[in-house]
Amino acid sequence: MIAIVDVCSGNLRSVEKAVAAAGGDAVVTRDGEVVRKADKVIVPGQGAFGAFTRGLAERDLEAPLREVIARGTPYLGICLGLQVLFDESEEQGPQRGLGLVKGKVVRFRPAKHELKVPHMGWNQIRRRAGDPVGDAIADGDHVYFVHSFHVVPDDPAVTVMESDHGGRFCAAIRQDNLFAVQFHPEKSQRVGLSLLEQFVRSSGRT
Amino acid sequence: MLTRRIIPCLDVKDGRVVKGTSFVQLRDAGDPVEQATAYDAQGADEVCFLDISASPEGRSTILDIVSRTADCVFAPLTVGGGVRSVDDVERLLLAGADKISINTAAIRDPALVSRAAERFGNQAIVVAVDAKRRGDGTWEVYSHGGRTPEGLDALAWCVEMAARGAGELLLTSMDQDGTRTGYDLPLVRTIVDAVTIPVIASGGVGTLDHLADGLDIGGADAVLAASIFHYGHHTIGEAKAHLRERGLPVRIT
Repeated sequence: MIAIVDVCSGNLRSVEKAVAAAGGDAVVTRDGEVVRKADKVIVPGQGAFGAFTRGLAERDLEAPLREVIARGTPYLGICLGLQVLFDESEEQGPQRGLGLVKGKVVRFRPAKHELKVPHMGWNQIRRRAGDPVGDAIADGDHVYFVHSFHVVPDDPAVTVMESDHGGRFCAAIRQDNLFAVQFHPEKSQRVGLSLLEQFVRSSGRT
Repeated sequence: MLTRRIIPCLDVKDGRVVKGTSFVQLRDAGDPVEQATAYDAQGADEVCFLDISASPEGRSTILDIVSRTADCVFAPLTVGGGVRSVDDVERLLLAGADKISINTAAIRDPALVSRAAERFGNQAIVVAVDAKRRGDGTWEVYSHGGRTPEGLDALAWCVEMAARGAGELLLTSMDQDGTRTGYDLPLVRTIVDAVTIPVIASGGVGTLDHLADGLDIGGADAVLAASIFHYGHHTIGEAKAHLRERGLPVRIT
């Protein structure tokens, strides 16, 4: 069973339906015990970083998530589910994240007026081959982004995908059992579904 | 590089698509879910539902439509029309919408935009602005589907909405809407130059060049259109091919 963790209410239905379409047996849950029993976890999230970390605290989800991650359970983070893994975010902050991946979350500050924030729409992926989940996406594929902040890992080796918005930024990371993307596979049509299929099918680890 | 988006918009009344369609492959051309699915298959970058139901019963059907669409369309979905409160926004998001468009309610209570953006994030909140030319080269904001003049300057209003937390503006020219003679390009350019959030141009598309003009001359981040796609004049794929010929960055599926 795959647990889709409901940290901070929003559009989780699309994630649930996309994972089902990708062949996954998933439940949306805010129950820490269900998270503890899951074979894999997906942590989606949109909106404000602070609201998300508050959701983790108020719903008693931080401890179960740390446990399953430490145990090696395959983790797929989407958007805030990526950002929250880092040490801190400068959004309304700085605010502390889970500190599982070294680095921080910073706002886009494009030099040109034509480059809008939020970075919203379909952008191209440059990826480093060799990731058991990330390889589902081909170099040059378009995926759907909607975000104003992006992650900056201390160790560039964790970055497995990049995109460009007034300069390259990290679009996906891999660290052991953690795989997380800034874009929305559940909104990226066929390309996104293929990534979810790969997460469902693969062992989810490197 | 971020590509420019093409967004087909479906007007929905009491659960049915208004304005006909000539998608021959559809079993039920009036079903919004079937139409959204067809646009998704054509490679639309997003899909937009505008609920124009007048009654509460009519409005309640939109939630069902949104959730049925989210079951099978894995592309971004914007929903607007009749959104009055943070609760309305939440219901639509939980049903499976990604972005909620607010129009008249933002004029009545501009703080609604801030409250909704704080709760759900700026990226989920679109402010729809219906603007009409005044004689002096400026534009006035209209509410209630373009029927009621509000005495607000459209430029100042768009700047305020961006400052209050809107993640995107859906800008419709009341003068051009339905004319098929192209977007109000000076309006689009004026707003695009004044805000740092994405702007969707709407109202007046009759040809593929109009779409390109909205992006190229108007500088919009996305273009919204209805009849050019509904009546089968053009597919999304044809529109993208044309934009690419005009040198605009688009996603070809």
